[in-house]
Amino acid sequence: MDSMRIMNSDQPILEVKDLSVSFHMYDEGLEQYDLQVISNLSIDVKPGEIVAIAGSSGSGKSLLAHAVMGLLPENASTTGTMLYKGKPLTEKDKEKLRGKEMALVPQSVAYLDPSMKIGSQVLGEKPDENRKKAQKKAFARFHLDEKTEHLYPFQLSGGMARRVLVSKAVISGAELIIADEPTPGLDLEMALEALRCFREMADEGKAIILITHDIDLAFNFADRVAVFYAGTTVEIAPSADFVKGPEALRHPYSKALWRALPQNGFRPIPGFQPYARALPKGCLFAPRCPHKTEECEQTIPMQELRGGTVRCIHAT
Amino acid sequence: MEQRAKIAEYWGLDKPATERFFIWLRSILHGDFGTSLIYRRPVLDIIKEKFVTSLALMITAWLFSGILGFGIGCIMGTFNGKWPDRILKKICLTMCAIPTFWIGIVFLMFFSVKLGWFPMGMSVPKGVPSEQVTIWQRIHHLILPALTLSFLSFANVALHTREKLVDVMESEYVLFAKASGESRFSIWKRHGLRNVLLPAVTMQFGSFSELFGGSVLAENVFSYPGLGSAASAAGMGSDFPLLLGITLFSAVFVFTGNLLANIIYGIADPQIREGYEHGE
Repeated sequence: MDSMRIMNSDQPILEVKDLSVSFHMYDEGLEQYDLQVISNLSIDVKPGEIVAIAGSSGSGKSLLAHAVMGLLPENASTTGTMLYKGKPLTEKDKEKLRGKEMALVPQSVAYLDPSMKIGSQVLGEKPDENRKKAQKKAFARFHLDEKTEHLYPFQLSGGMARRVLVSKAVISGAELIIADEPTPGLDLEMALEALRCFREMADEGKAIILITHDIDLAFNFADRVAVFYAGTTVEIAPSADFVKGPEALRHPYSKALWRALPQNGFRPIPGFQPYARALPKGCLFAPRCPHKTEECEQTIPMQELRGGTVRCIHAT
Repeated sequence: MEQRAKIAEYWGLDKPATERFFIWLRSILHGDFGTSLIYRRPVLDIIKEKFVTSLALMITAWLFSGILGFGIGCIMGTFNGKWPDRILKKICLTMCAIPTFWIGIVFLMFFSVKLGWFPMGMSVPKGVPSEQVTIWQRIHHLILPALTLSFLSFANVALHTREKLVDVMESEYVLFAKASGESRFSIWKRHGLRNVLLPAVTMQFGSFSELFGGSVLAENVFSYPGLGSAASAAGMGSDFPLLLGITLFSAVFVFTGNLLANIIYGIADPQIREGYEHGE
């Protein structure tokens, strides 16, 4: 696999710097407040690369996907910069690019229109011969029967639905694919097939962001892994480091995440991820961190460390 | 006294109520609905005649409230939360709160008395032989009662359609369609309409009972000689055979509407249709 990764060029397809997303909310009565759900998040993905995003529910993984695609609801506001192929990505650009250069692989069958046949949903509003051919190829590849085209979403199993959703991204020919948990509900073989397919697409020069809970599967297919915690990136590291274990990792949360995996001892750490309305000052992980000191209450920047980046002043 | 007893005997009123009921029921099973006391004609003839008049009124009101209500509902749903939606929603909620008979009187006072655009009531002009009444005169007499009748269900259909369309537009599959680069209009057409149309049609066919109930009020206000005013006349005049006949007929009418709604759902909803085909 390593030989194929030479294709990495240095210009990232997508570069997100210091992204913060907040929602304007109504409290009891007419009180209003802003709920910051993503804070100072930075991530980038280059052509030919799979970046896996790991983190618990509520760590802002799906929101990042929605922010990049321009799918946030109207009460959301964002700060920070997003660059697409080096150029600032405006909302207008997102509208133009999505479905063509950027594709989303959503989570579940709920993302398919319940009253429309699979075929016309996968082909989209302008089905032409090329798309039809690509669709047949993609369906064959994912072991989807030809009859699947004529089925309605409620007639699909969870696994079939996911394969349909992955096929749609494959057909789109997009250069940036954001997959929002494409593997749960698939049996191991199908999950591997889906990931292999993402790997192949990456090797063809596409950039892929893989949001996933199947962390151990992702380690084996991704080039880099970004660990999210409470709406920010705490560590971005080559996936080889995650395979090696805690010694190779940088952030105490990444280490804890590794140890919490069933095959690595299944050891949880006490405490829980802070709610977006009650974020601690400085390091967001500090309340649960064994290495916490007073300096942790200041703003912590991302810093380069041993070929990765980490948001921790005590990391070595 | 003797006269009274004779009349009672003639109408069968000397027998106990339960026995009278079973006599009535037996005749119904034979297709004999009896004779109306106020019209002195067979009940079935009267129902037939009145129903034809009412039908024109009900169909007009039904189509009007269905088509316009759906259209307005779609506009509200599309502009969810913006000013066209807010204004139309307030109007619809107000319309929902207005009783049919009251708006009928207001229409009469305004359009007939003050402006003189429409006749004061009835289904045909006074003093014109029935064979000389033109279709335009009939339509002219039909407009106000039909508007009154459609008033309530119009707002209901519009609000219901709005709710459904908002749900659909906020659904995950619309989000995904957006993510796949579909344009706003395409999403509205391909996903919005498709998913809203079916419940709207079903609701429209399920509204036959409101239509019938409303026609009693609307026809009374406009002295429109349909089934609704015949029902209230029969009720006020103790015309039991006619009242029972109309009650039975209205039950069949409402049942037909609901049955049609069910059948249409079975044909149009893929989940039900395909479910049957695959024997699940």
